[in-house]
Amino acid sequence: MTELLIKNGFVYDPLNAVKGEKMDIAISDRRIVEKVDEKKASVIDASGMIVTPGGVDIHSHIAGSEVNAGRLLRPEDHFKDVEVKTAITRSGVGYSIPSTFTTGYRYSRMGYTTVMNPSMPPLEARHTHEELNDIPMIDKGAYPLLGDWWFVLEYLRDGLIEECAAHVAWMMRATKGYAIKLVNPGGPEAWGFGRNVKSIDDPVPHFNITPRDIIRGLCKVNKLLNLPHTIHVHTNNLGKPGNCTTAIETMKCVEDLAEKGRPAIHITHCQFCAFKGSDWATMRSGADEIAKYVNGHNHVTMDMGQVVFTDTTTMTADGPFQYNLYGLTGNKWVNHDVETETCAGIVPFRYRRKSPVHATQWSIGLELALLIEDPWRIYLTTDHPNGAPFTTYPQVASWLMSRLARQATLKKINKRARRKSLLLSINREYSFYEITVVTRAGPAKALGLKQKGHLGFGADADISLYNINPALVDSSKEYKKVRKAFSKAAYTIKDGEILVRDGQVVKTVPGKTFWVDVKLSSPIRSTEDLKRRFRDYWTVEYENYPIPEEYLKASAPITIPARI
Amino acid sequence: MIKLTPRRLFRIPVKAECISPDTLAEKSLNEIATLPLWEGNQKRSLSELFKIEKKPDTSKNPTIQIVGDVGRVRRIGAEMTGGRIIVEGNAGMHLGEEMNGGTIIVKGNAGSWAGCMMKKGTIEIMENAGDYIGAAYRGSTRGMRGGTIIIHGNAGNEVGCFMRKGLIKIYRNIGQFAGIHMKNGTIFNKGNSEGRAGAEMIGGKIVLCGHIPSILPSFTIDSIKSSVKIDGEKVEGPFYRFLGDLAENGDGKLFVSQEQNTHLKSYERFL
Repeated sequence: MTELLIKNGFVYDPLNAVKGEKMDIAISDRRIVEKVDEKKASVIDASGMIVTPGGVDIHSHIAGSEVNAGRLLRPEDHFKDVEVKTAITRSGVGYSIPSTFTTGYRYSRMGYTTVMNPSMPPLEARHTHEELNDIPMIDKGAYPLLGDWWFVLEYLRDGLIEECAAHVAWMMRATKGYAIKLVNPGGPEAWGFGRNVKSIDDPVPHFNITPRDIIRGLCKVNKLLNLPHTIHVHTNNLGKPGNCTTAIETMKCVEDLAEKGRPAIHITHCQFCAFKGSDWATMRSGADEIAKYVNGHNHVTMDMGQVVFTDTTTMTADGPFQYNLYGLTGNKWVNHDVETETCAGIVPFRYRRKSPVHATQWSIGLELALLIEDPWRIYLTTDHPNGAPFTTYPQVASWLMSRLARQATLKKINKRARRKSLLLSINREYSFYEITVVTRAGPAKALGLKQKGHLGFGADADISLYNINPALVDSSKEYKKVRKAFSKAAYTIKDGEILVRDGQVVKTVPGKTFWVDVKLSSPIRSTEDLKRRFRDYWTVEYENYPIPEEYLKASAPITIPARI
Repeated sequence: MIKLTPRRLFRIPVKAECISPDTLAEKSLNEIATLPLWEGNQKRSLSELFKIEKKPDTSKNPTIQIVGDVGRVRRIGAEMTGGRIIVEGNAGMHLGEEMNGGTIIVKGNAGSWAGCMMKKGTIEIMENAGDYIGAAYRGSTRGMRGGTIIIHGNAGNEVGCFMRKGLIKIYRNIGQFAGIHMKNGTIFNKGNSEGRAGAEMIGGKIVLCGHIPSILPSFTIDSIKSSVKIDGEKVEGPFYRFLGDLAENGDGKLFVSQEQNTHLKSYERFL
């Protein structure tokens, strides 16, 4: 039994309302406990350091066939960024799409301990879990894409919500998924016929239901199944000027389904769906409208999807969007149809300071995070690797924490974008407490991970320490120090073990894979119809489709009783 | 001047980005001797593989002279920003990769990827060179962005792949796909070409003074020019001027000698 005592750190634990007080954290047998025997335990002197729960990333494409295709597509992304083998870590490559082991090491070096992989085509679940198995150092989970799944569309068309819920419960178990992901609901299905849906009331060809029906239907299913996270929605019309109305309509359409102030919908990488204007020439920020709506309604959570000016790779299951992006950039591209389930696309992309559109996008992400008053409702992400690689999180944090940092970048961006940017009028600066909320406590709460994101007794001993003294360092002025500290955790502790010391990996461990095991009142029956359709339409037989639990290296099912 | 003499003939590749005037210029002989480089999977020091001598400089530029065959030594002069490297023998792959100034002269042959992604400076190769001269890294679209490469012998395939700026001169024959994906800049070839020149080019200029088997069907003839200018110098023709690659909506110019290519006469009816 390992015992550990972290002494004299400035502790930030928002879920337990601890705001930078000096206190000790005791760890025994993988959990945080009230106290340990000081003589027996090994002690970490954390004086002058920040002690926070381990980072939780709600949305980051780290594994799966899409990510792997991105790796194959971009040798030039790897050759500049090489991770050298050490006595305990393995070698790896990759800047925007790092290889599996490197992904784990880099997250851990930044103090992150839990990362969610947000887009898993059910058919590619096996591949995704194989890669997740190979990502060490972090706990993870994956959201299966169900917004264009034929069965779901048919059940919803026929108004069979309970049957749909039972089917989704089976899917969660079959794919070892964690939450319901919708990508451009209806769009990928329409893309199979070379079309797209243009608004949330545009019917999906051949199914005669609208994105609104899909979003509402799956939101109801989510409630019936008591899933820990809400539906995780990538909105329609993503990446198109004028799409902020679509985003607001999407949030509005589930307003009546929220209960007791609990969130009902998570709008992911919101920056990409907060554009105003009618075309790229008139494109401007719609962050104020979205923030106004979110501030007035408490059924929505969202993550930023911040853009950082760098060379990266965009990849989503939104095939039509990726095709348009290829048209815009002329870069090499991949577009893929995943049978009856979804599609996907990949395009390398470089965000440039001098481009009015890219600079506005950069501004929108930060505006959203600063204009939405409640930090518990917006989380820090870059939609890795779409907005930027996850290794830029410390930089994003420094922009949020310092007006000076924002101004320094504002000076360098496109003039027109700078003139229009709302950032000029925003004085808000995040405190260390708020940064802890948006990177740890908030996402953990939204994901319903009760053991993560806090330092209360009984919580998983996932802790990160940063070498920065909040009493001495003024984060709004010395933002460079903050950035440096956040990119190199002084200690990363996971499950009570020290994995990183001074930004160096000192121990590697495999992480758990979370998935939800929904218990229905009557067991899920596989109908003959389901089997027949698998035989008719899929390349994989029904019997080979579900992923057995043994397939996961460290399976961590979360058992949930459903309402049906 | 620093003189490097290989202690033996290398049988496996050596990665030697440390052989660059930027790295060696300010260092003492002892410091130079301990510079690390890789031979296969073994880490070695420069003095293990090379005999190092320091001689008084004859010119203002810091100079490195390599005497002997270093055909297996890669990345010589990578990322150098000034000075001179003179190789009295063959040089290996990736010579002057991402070079940003200075001069490299190779008295023998050079391997593939010479001057790939270079931005500034000059590379002169007295004999033949391999494939991908002045090209981009695999998968990348950022090829040569400036500077000059002069090859007195033959060059291989895909010369100037994804080239964006600069000048490549080849005095003898070249392989296939010269100037593939080219965006801007100039490729001048005095000898014969194996064909498919300018595939997918969207800009820039390719001048072929020798024979070419055929022109890609996605090029259209524009005119016949009596001469063409290269880097301020006039080259006498006459040349067929083709525009393309139309498959990429390109605006590249392909000049092909009329005299050496009588089989292209049929194009003249479109003028």
